[in-house]
Amino acid sequence: MNVLICVKRVPLTGGKIVLTEDEQAISTRHLGFTISPHEECGVEEAVRLIEAGGGSSTVLTLGPPEAEEQLRDMMAIGVDRAVHLVTDGGEWDPQATAAAIVDVIRSEGERYDLILFGNESADAGNFQVAIRVAHALGLPCVTGVKGLSVDGGSVRLEQEVAGGRDVYVVPMPAVVTVKEGLNLPRYPSVPGRLRAKRKPLATSTPARPDPRLEMVRLVLPPGSGKQAEVLGHGAEAAPAVVGVLRELGLL
Amino acid sequence: MTVLVFVENIDDELSQQALTFARGLGDELHAVLIGAPAVPAGLAAYGVSIAHLAAGLDAYAPAAWAQAIVELVARTTPAAVMGPGTDRGNEVLAHIAAKTDQPMAANCMSIAAGDPASLVRVRWGGSLLEEARLHGSPMLLTVAPHAVAAEMVAEPADLVLEEFTPSVSNVDLIARVCERASAVSAGVSLTDADVVVSGGRGVGSAAGFAVIEELAELLGGAVGCSRAVTSAGWRPHTDQVGQTGTKISPEIYIACGISGATQHMAGCKGAKKLLAINPDGEASIFASADYAVIGDLHEVVPAISAEIRKARSA
Ligand SMILES: Cc1cc2nc3c(=O)[nH]c(=O)nc-3n(C[C@H](O)[C@H](O)[C@H](O)COP(=O)(O)OP(=O)(O)OC[C@H]3O[C@@H](n4cnc5c(N)ncnc54)[C@H](O)[C@@H]3O)c2cc1C
Ligand SMILES: Nc1ncnc2c1ncn2[C@@H]1O[C@H](COP(=O)(O)O)[C@@H](O)[C@H]1O
Repeated sequence: MNVLICVKRVPLTGGKIVLTEDEQAISTRHLGFTISPHEECGVEEAVRLIEAGGGSSTVLTLGPPEAEEQLRDMMAIGVDRAVHLVTDGGEWDPQATAAAIVDVIRSEGERYDLILFGNESADAGNFQVAIRVAHALGLPCVTGVKGLSVDGGSVRLEQEVAGGRDVYVVPMPAVVTVKEGLNLPRYPSVPGRLRAKRKPLATSTPARPDPRLEMVRLVLPPGSGKQAEVLGHGAEAAPAVVGVLRELGLL
Repeated sequence: MTVLVFVENIDDELSQQALTFARGLGDELHAVLIGAPAVPAGLAAYGVSIAHLAAGLDAYAPAAWAQAIVELVARTTPAAVMGPGTDRGNEVLAHIAAKTDQPMAANCMSIAAGDPASLVRVRWGGSLLEEARLHGSPMLLTVAPHAVAAEMVAEPADLVLEEFTPSVSNVDLIARVCERASAVSAGVSLTDADVVVSGGRGVGSAAGFAVIEELAELLGGAVGCSRAVTSAGWRPHTDQVGQTGTKISPEIYIACGISGATQHMAGCKGAKKLLAINPDGEASIFASADYAVIGDLHEVVPAISAEIRKARSA
């Protein structure tokens, strides 16, 4: 079978977010980059499905030239090939992102049995690119999946809900968005990294349509304004902690 | 201006918040309910004047539920369609957006009508906000959890009920819930716990969690952890607190050996109080903490447990 997984390069923010002067992005001068943990689980799942059943896995991203780093990382984990839709780094809205992904899938002859996404992108969190792709291609779509098993021509999917799991069984081809917890992703090995350098990577440069969900600027939310009360140092702080718990009525 | 709200569950605070938010935008509030067993009494209290009840769609099927709302929108031409910023709220609204090829804004904090509409929405699970313009009609959006507090109206109007039977195609019914497997519950759940004691990379190993578990048990609470811990395989992902883990709202969150990355804090913003235990006085978690203990968790946590035992036996 053929599996596609779509990932998005995002800055790896740490303890405090700093914005660029034009407020259009997070300042990344001191930051690395990554993809969403949800998408990492999608990549791991794609690799496992191909290891178990044969076929080919593809990773796709729409992002700046530097996003090749994330594609090579995913190929180091075991994905067979990559597609890079190269942008100038500006924000693409979810409609435009979905349309560009659909164009790739169509131009490759709609050959994917499973098209995987993260449940939501780490930065924008639009909760919709996958659903738009599914409708454009006329495919069923199940979201937020934490259990996936292929059985012949269909796939059984489990979604965590309050009080249990909802189960869906859909025929393939299908679109599925996954959540972290689906599996425990592996780390790339050194030989994996070497192999990844030689794996095929196709690039193209789509034109960005005018955004219809148009980002104007980023804003830092107001800080907590809290000044932590130091209860003490080391084990000697224990009585003060118990005092707080008692005050809160938790003992 | 008419606003149509997809009400997932009127007894749920997030649906009540979505209705409260909607009243800030429109003066006529319609609700759409799908697969609801009975007409919930609470709708009028949150300002709904007309409730549209879709018949014949009991099992959850996101594309079919969206199709029902698309038909309703064609008939009632609301200026905005919104839902709660829950898994299903976001999913159903995204299907409506995809079917109608309109833009949709997830997890909005506020919106002002206009051409285009101006809104503020959350990014990074709430660690960052975005001002944006929405160029579509009707406005399609979901309401970020806790963007507003749920408020009832002073004088509820009489609720008018309108049942309708949407014409849903089989294609829209392919992805539907066909089975509900119930959870095997082990102890207090993270989402409901009054106390959550969480460990991060600073715990050092899977075995190191014994001290965290002991304290959680003494307090009748649940154990949580950071992503560094789940990635290392020390705890299952079901314990993870954060942007891609569970969002919690305990009376107190006790974070041990956690640095306070924005993605972790996105999951515990709902905690009423936060106590952080960390030897690094500069750790960013202290900027959001109410109480701080500077020190090694392997000394501090057992000392707290011993102190609780002492207090209880006294
Ligand atoms: C898109 C995205 C989503 C993410 N989602 C999540 C999420 O849902 N949840 C989450 O947690 N993370 C998430 N992360 C990861 C997050 O960025 C951090 O990497 C992670 O939270 C760090 O975990 P930590 O605080 O345990 O580890 P570290 O950052 O390594 O911090 C360890 C801390 O332990 C302290 N320490 C060391 N020894 C001791 C000791 N003996 N006693 C006490 N303290 C000690 C250190 O001083 C340090 O502050 C996400 C990241 C991305 C990019
Ligand atoms: N720029 C992008 N390139 C590739 N995939 C993307 C991109 N943006 C979003 N996606 C995919 O769509 C999912 C949902 O994104 P969103 O709708 O923005 O929450 C992500 O988890 C990715 O799998």
